Amino acid sequence: MNRRKEALIGYLFASPWLLGMSVFLLYPLVSALYYSFCDYSVLKPPMTIGTANYIELYHDAVFRKAVANTFIYAAFALPTGLISALVLAMLLNAKLRGQNIYRTLFFLPSLVPAIPMAVLWNWLLNGQFGIFNVLIGKIVYHPPNWLGDPAWTKPSLVLMGTWGVGNTMLIYLASLQDVPTSLIEAAELDGASSWQKTRNVTLPMISPVILFNSVMGLIGSLQIFAQPFVMFPLGGPEQSAYFYSTYLYDKAFRDHAMGYACAMGWIMFIVIFILTLALIKFSEKRVHYGGT
Amino acid sequence: MNLRPLVLPLVILGVVATGFYCETLSVGTAGPGPVHVVYWEKWTGFEFDAMKKVVDDFNATHKDIQVDMLSTTAIETKTLMAVSAQVAPDVAGLYGANIAQYADDRAVEPLDDLCKESGIKADDYLPAYFNMVTYEGHIWALPSTPASIVLHYNKDMFEKAGLDPEKPPKTIEDLDALSVKLNRVSGGQITQAGFFPPEPGWWNWAWANYFGGKIVDESGKITATSPECIRAMTWIQTFPKKFGGTEYQSFKQGLGNFQSPENPFMEDRLAMEVQGVWMANFINQFKSGLKWGAAPFPYPADRPDLAGTALVDLDVLVIPSGAKHKREAFEFIKFVQTQKEMEKLCLLQWKNTPLSKVSPEFWANHKNPFIKLFYDVSASKNAFSAPKLGVWAQMNAELGSEVDAINLLHKTPKEAMESFTERMQPIVDQYKKRHEMRLARGL
Repeated sequence: MNRRKEALIGYLFASPWLLGMSVFLLYPLVSALYYSFCDYSVLKPPMTIGTANYIELYHDAVFRKAVANTFIYAAFALPTGLISALVLAMLLNAKLRGQNIYRTLFFLPSLVPAIPMAVLWNWLLNGQFGIFNVLIGKIVYHPPNWLGDPAWTKPSLVLMGTWGVGNTMLIYLASLQDVPTSLIEAAELDGASSWQKTRNVTLPMISPVILFNSVMGLIGSLQIFAQPFVMFPLGGPEQSAYFYSTYLYDKAFRDHAMGYACAMGWIMFIVIFILTLALIKFSEKRVHYGGT
Repeated sequence: MNLRPLVLPLVILGVVATGFYCETLSVGTAGPGPVHVVYWEKWTGFEFDAMKKVVDDFNATHKDIQVDMLSTTAIETKTLMAVSAQVAPDVAGLYGANIAQYADDRAVEPLDDLCKESGIKADDYLPAYFNMVTYEGHIWALPSTPASIVLHYNKDMFEKAGLDPEKPPKTIEDLDALSVKLNRVSGGQITQAGFFPPEPGWWNWAWANYFGGKIVDESGKITATSPECIRAMTWIQTFPKKFGGTEYQSFKQGLGNFQSPENPFMEDRLAMEVQGVWMANFINQFKSGLKWGAAPFPYPADRPDLAGTALVDLDVLVIPSGAKHKREAFEFIKFVQTQKEMEKLCLLQWKNTPLSKVSPEFWANHKNPFIKLFYDVSASKNAFSAPKLGVWAQMNAELGSEVDAINLLHKTPKEAMESFTERMQPIVDQYKKRHEMRLARGL
């Protein structure tokens, strides 16, 4: 088989993906970039308005609020999710009787779809009758009004997020099982304590997985949508739970400002791209790949 | 014989054939036989069943046109997508407040010529309702069912508090006095409220009208800082001031869903509430033994001219742009407007009628004991509806955020209305400017 024919067959095999990528990713990306420079409601033909959408975004107080809300949420949700998933994975990696039962129990919540989970947590965190406040009310006189007080809406979502760390936990668990026992034993022979083994053997060995989970967690938390969309219609009290994606959705489908929403989409794309690159760059000297 | 090579082509063929079949379903049958009018409606449950009976009547009497009715959630968004994808239904049941935005976006067809041809005119309807289907001099929709919103009060709770259940409040001052007598606080938490403005919280903008003001005028100028609006917002802030912002929000959190037995009005947790004509039906469903009454929403004692001020709302039928069977679609809409069918629909949905003529049977057969009140307030000179503005949805949402700040005692009414005006006026102005630019460019 000559190289030309080989390449042709290669492209042929890759063609479903190439086709899908072009139709469902590349075309929307490019067209969204074009529409971001237009006044476009979807229903009428786009009217070019230059950079007006971007200038308007710069002056839009609700946009700034949505950006701030999103970054504040991500700043807390990302480390909380990563650390709680890692701690759980380490605990579940311990050799205990009924290990599989515990693993299943901790993984189960992540199987609950986002919408039922939001409805469920709406009741758990209810300011008057929610189980959290019934319990906290036994200790403090004024338990927080989780969903009704602007100061507590984002912490509520962070708390809720930790409930669904099952997937991240599972990835950690798989990587923990790949940590060579020979290294652990060597550390033990050197007299390393449990913390020293974790700090100097386990964490470096699973660092690629930590990086992977960090990148996925960063993207996921910056794009949070379903839970606030269900739990906080119109952005919740004083728009304290109005996030980037929910505002983008409202601009596109409530206000028919699709051009404006496209501009928001592109800004989000660039920001996530830069942050991901920064995270990868930051991790260069901190992530240890076994094969290198 | 090895059949494996045939599997992939057969799967592809199956997918393509299903696609073609689905296409025929959505566009209706072509060729001989009746024309199929595709009708999307937002209703489910008893409201859907009521309209289905009207559709059945139409189909039984029109052999050449058959209406295929489909219950559709998130109808505004789906209609928007369907119009843009040029697969719009022939008829869509939208909300009255959608009309200005959809008309500005040319997502719906003007019905002036078809109405004229059919002899449908403004006089056939109560002015408040016909006003809602017109925008910028054109008719864009016709009513499906209307509603009016009045004060509902729980007579059982009045009796328990030692109040006369036959004496609802007439003025805002009466309402305040009764409310204080009906409030209950236990262990620092509100357990029962006389009146609670955030429930149901669907019409924050309407408080201004009850005090003789308007959030925005017809020209698009925001008038939220007018003395009447500030007075209205100051009044709604008196409630959290009595209880404390946190307790107030906490009580709101604990209130059950509207369409459920946990509805606070039916659970005896809220004695007075602004609600629509539909409430009687839900009371019947969830707490049929409840003793309740309805009265016009109170007016400020120093503004007797505002007596009978009532919010009216409307569900409408539109022909989306690009509908394939416009004439047939209008034939169905026209059918719904006949007195017989409209009254049938409104009786089944427990609503008042938008028509100016009402048959004696309608009054006799209606299950809402206060139906005459709902009709009278709709016919009142003080009936009002949501502003007709392309950016109304956004404006309403922004106002909701400012009302949150008022309820949480984070802003004074004046501060809240000023920041609302500061935020929304440039948006309204820009929307109008872009709309004019489009018209000038012929887009």
